[in-house]
Amino acid sequence: MTVTETLTTADARSLRRRPREDRRPMTARRWARKYLVGIIAIIVSVVVFLVPFVFVFLQSAKTSQEAGLVQFSLPSEWQFWPNLIEVLQKNDYQVLWAFLWTTVITVFSCAIMVVFAAMVGYVLQRKRTRLNPYINFMVLAALIVPPAVVPTIWVLQGVGLFKTIPGMILIEATFGLAFCVLLFRAFVGTIPRELDEAAIIDGAGPMRLFFSVVLPLLKPVIVTVIVVQAVFVFSDFQNPLYFLPGNDYPTVQLGLYNFQSQTVSQFNLLFMYILLTTIPPLIMYIFFNRQIVAGMTSGAVKG
Amino acid sequence: MTTAVAPTGAAPPATTGPSKTGAKRKGIRSPYPSWFYIPAAVLFIVFFAVPTFASFYFSLTRWTLFDVQFIGFDNFVQFFQEPQLVQGFINTFIYGFTTSAAKVILGLALALLLTGPILGRGYLRAVVFFPVLVSTVGIGLTFKALLDPFHGMVNGVLGFFHLPEPGWYTDPNLALLTVAGVDVWKGVGIATLIFMAGIVAIPHEYFEAARMDGAGAWSVFRNITLPLVRPATATVIILSLIGGLREFAMIWAMTKGGPGFTSDVIASVIYKQYQAGFFGLSTAGNVILFLVVTAVMVPVSWFLNRREAEL
Repeated sequence: MTVTETLTTADARSLRRRPREDRRPMTARRWARKYLVGIIAIIVSVVVFLVPFVFVFLQSAKTSQEAGLVQFSLPSEWQFWPNLIEVLQKNDYQVLWAFLWTTVITVFSCAIMVVFAAMVGYVLQRKRTRLNPYINFMVLAALIVPPAVVPTIWVLQGVGLFKTIPGMILIEATFGLAFCVLLFRAFVGTIPRELDEAAIIDGAGPMRLFFSVVLPLLKPVIVTVIVVQAVFVFSDFQNPLYFLPGNDYPTVQLGLYNFQSQTVSQFNLLFMYILLTTIPPLIMYIFFNRQIVAGMTSGAVKG
Repeated sequence: MTTAVAPTGAAPPATTGPSKTGAKRKGIRSPYPSWFYIPAAVLFIVFFAVPTFASFYFSLTRWTLFDVQFIGFDNFVQFFQEPQLVQGFINTFIYGFTTSAAKVILGLALALLLTGPILGRGYLRAVVFFPVLVSTVGIGLTFKALLDPFHGMVNGVLGFFHLPEPGWYTDPNLALLTVAGVDVWKGVGIATLIFMAGIVAIPHEYFEAARMDGAGAWSVFRNITLPLVRPATATVIILSLIGGLREFAMIWAMTKGGPGFTSDVIASVIYKQYQAGFFGLSTAGNVILFLVVTAVMVPVSWFLNRREAEL
């Protein structure tokens, strides 16, 4: 039990540990620093970071003429629900289909990434062989090298997966693998080897050892990987643009981009679409704040 | 558990008893099988390694949907002769370095602010970080409306204070920097987060000792915080450079490389040539992007890691 407890807290512990509060008396200068600077920071943050989101929301509730003025103002008549219905019904419910297909791509590519990358990260951390330097090099190369676009399309056509959902899933999974391997490799290092040895002595084979003993212990990092990659895949624009063009399988970001060119005069609907695309990340952020932070700052302290 | 181990361990003494390394060397049955690499390796090879290597060949061809014709280095020559393609090449560096530098400076400043005692810290952290998660296209389109030269809100405010109202993304001299600015707005949250993790990891005793010695805020920052957040700085620089040099979505959503070709980068040139059916030229752009990213990242990461080892 203690082992699993320390492991579940290992990922984000450094961030949750707050700097110790100063116990020096509150002088006028320190009071000013805390409250005055704080109030200024809050005002600036509202203007810089919140106003754009409020603008999106207000635009999405306007009539099309009013939204066309792109002004920051309250809608004279609130059209929120009619706009929402209209966006969803546009082009034969294309937005709904886009969300559906993007969800399918996200779910399956994340599942593939988790299982495949966990297997690699686990063996890479546990077994030292001559292969290791080469694999580490390839992981780094995959993080840095931009994918070659047209040759990838050529390969996809060769295996008959161009413009198909399975093809898109495999592409997203491939491009996300390297990052996941790094996370898993680092996390497997925190699991004591004695645990493996105990399972082996108890008669577990390699498969049982990994799937029944190690994988459950990886749960915290699996959640991190899923959340971070889900946000990435959901927000991805470039890959669907290249590998899933056409109207057969609409995706959210590509649909948003095309929506912009189709509905020049209907800014209210465009901003309603933008609002819809911010909802999934918002939900993820509310529920998985800690995991997202842990995933995105991994390696920050070690380098 | 431990009582159960003893009898099973004793039963086959021949295999577990003598030496584990001996058993491994004979390759009887490693608990960490190498075939665990295979599923990931297949994906990596088929969808990443093969296209990458193929790109070196296809970049030397005139390639349409129907046939491939070897033409040597003509694509690369063309890439560096046509002004708009050269422009894209230069812009890639401008975009990558300005976004990276801005993210480092702003990220560090925000991280210092948000790790100190300040009102509304949790709210500020959340609000700075959230744009990282929102889709690039959505943010690009939103800022296109906010920065609209005639009706946009930003110019409305500037006009109210009788300040100059620039054309932002419609001004050829400003378009690239406008997009870079929006990119920084979206990405500064992650830099802040990484710097915050770095600052929090610094042992508190160092700050206390420095204060005992009478160090002021600036000298604490200069002599303690800055050197000790070096790993975080390295991570931010590397991540933002990789992202900035490869950026496509933000540019495409806001300007499509326009007006003219003034905000084109290599990634948008690749897409334009692909759309126009010049697959060979597009792939040559890919190879050039590959070389640019490698040529920048290898020395940068070498330098950053070397200095870290000295500490």
